[in-house]
Amino acid sequence: MKNSKEMIMKGIFFLSACFSIVALLLIVVFIFANGVPFMLDYGFFKFIFGMEWTPTNSPASYGIFPMIIGSIYVTLGAAVVGVPIGVMTAIFMADFCPPFLYKILKPAVNLMAAIPSIVYGFFALQVFTPLIRQYFGGNGYSVLTASILLGIMILPTVISLSESALRAVPRTYYTGSIALGATHERSIFRVLLPAAKSGIISSIILGIGRAIGETMAVVLIAGNQAIIPDSLLSGVRTLTTNIVIEMAYATGEHRDALIATAVVLFGFILLINSIFLYFKNKEAKY
Amino acid sequence: MSTPTYKMEVKDLKLWYGDFQALHGLDLAIPDKKITAFIGPSGCGKSTFIKSLNRMNDLIETCRIEGTIELDGKNIYDHKTDVNQLRKKVGMVFQQPNPFPKSIYDNIAYGPRTHGIKNKKELDEIVERSLKQAAIWDEVKDYLDRNALSISGGQQQRICIARALAVGPEVLLMDEPTSALDPISTAKIEELVSDLKSEYTIVMVTHNMQQASRVSDETAFFLNGHIIEHGDTRKIFTNPDQEETENYISGRFG
Repeated sequence: MKNSKEMIMKGIFFLSACFSIVALLLIVVFIFANGVPFMLDYGFFKFIFGMEWTPTNSPASYGIFPMIIGSIYVTLGAAVVGVPIGVMTAIFMADFCPPFLYKILKPAVNLMAAIPSIVYGFFALQVFTPLIRQYFGGNGYSVLTASILLGIMILPTVISLSESALRAVPRTYYTGSIALGATHERSIFRVLLPAAKSGIISSIILGIGRAIGETMAVVLIAGNQAIIPDSLLSGVRTLTTNIVIEMAYATGEHRDALIATAVVLFGFILLINSIFLYFKNKEAKY
Repeated sequence: MSTPTYKMEVKDLKLWYGDFQALHGLDLAIPDKKITAFIGPSGCGKSTFIKSLNRMNDLIETCRIEGTIELDGKNIYDHKTDVNQLRKKVGMVFQQPNPFPKSIYDNIAYGPRTHGIKNKKELDEIVERSLKQAAIWDEVKDYLDRNALSISGGQQQRICIARALAVGPEVLLMDEPTSALDPISTAKIEELVSDLKSEYTIVMVTHNMQQASRVSDETAFFLNGHIIEHGDTRKIFTNPDQEETENYISGRFG
């Protein structure tokens, strides 16, 4: 009796575990089944390195190179804005923050992660766009706007994971350093921080993964021109926004081209996650 | 026999963790260039006491201290004391070997660098001298760039001793330095400690009574936050004055 109950429960747990894997498999099958034939048909290099995205022309052109560059630009921009602030916040929270402030800061960072991205986008549209238009010129819909916004959006990821990485460093390293006559600051920057390095790098890579996948916030403020941006103030279209803007009305070949865009995006995410895993495993060795 | 000179003198030291009083007015003089061992059952206050000698207890927020501890006649709990300079003079080796996850070289050079030595040649000399003093030079001299966590526990502990010596301390505090090690590593460290006393004042907490009797010159027996008895090691182990000491060293409790 007890045995059969256990067997059933085991089965239920197993099925639950399978569910997410099956979901992932279905996603992969769907985008590859629809996207890859198009890429082969249209020409892989023509698709990836093509400079023209004119799906409504006849004959249509489906070059996504500007979007690839666009995604890379805003993601790097997000890293430039978000990583230093995020890592420094994490150091502050793990090692310098007075308890009363921590009680406010920690839930605030968690809340940041829970805010829907469209809200971030709307905030940036109302606040950043006019400011950038006023102080930097252009129309305010730009690489710069998207970078700042994405930099803010990756903060919770970078902060939480970097903080955990710092807290995971054995306390004995810290006391060892203090016992040699080192200051609190030196012990943190010369011992704890290097020891947490792989964890912090993992957090940065995961943040970058978030930035490259972000869509709804970016679409509101990036300008969305399918061109390679020539300055920080020029408009930009990313891989994700390319899909979301046109999917509603795309049919046939155009639709397949958008799904193929998702294949490329998937490739980027896979790459980023592999790098993440590499650093994560390195961290586990300590 | 010449009159002993004292490196450190503790006077009426009381220590609290929050509301709990861990040390009840201790008095102790630690002789210069000798080995003083602290023995006593777990929770008797000997680790707490050794940590107050280089103010590592400062890291515990609820910790409060009364009384004085003098190093060369100066109270280390005076508000004018530079704690980092104090810890440079009074080094510490912990129960668990705790080398940094850095190369062996960088582990040893960390302390000197902390105190402002940047010259590569000077650092090289300090690293070599410290590793030799800690009797581990021959084992690691060809692997100085290897991660210190990749060597054995006994070697790690000697790296930690070398690291402590590299800043040029006068007193070396050792908090059960061999309790996490195998007998062979333990023997090596005991031998090393005996060699070091010609240059350093050593204070050692140990749970191992044979170790205390083998290595130390003086022994203090701790119980419930009091020093029950303190004196020449041979006397403590052969003819103690107090009944509690006798009971403890003969294994009747603790």
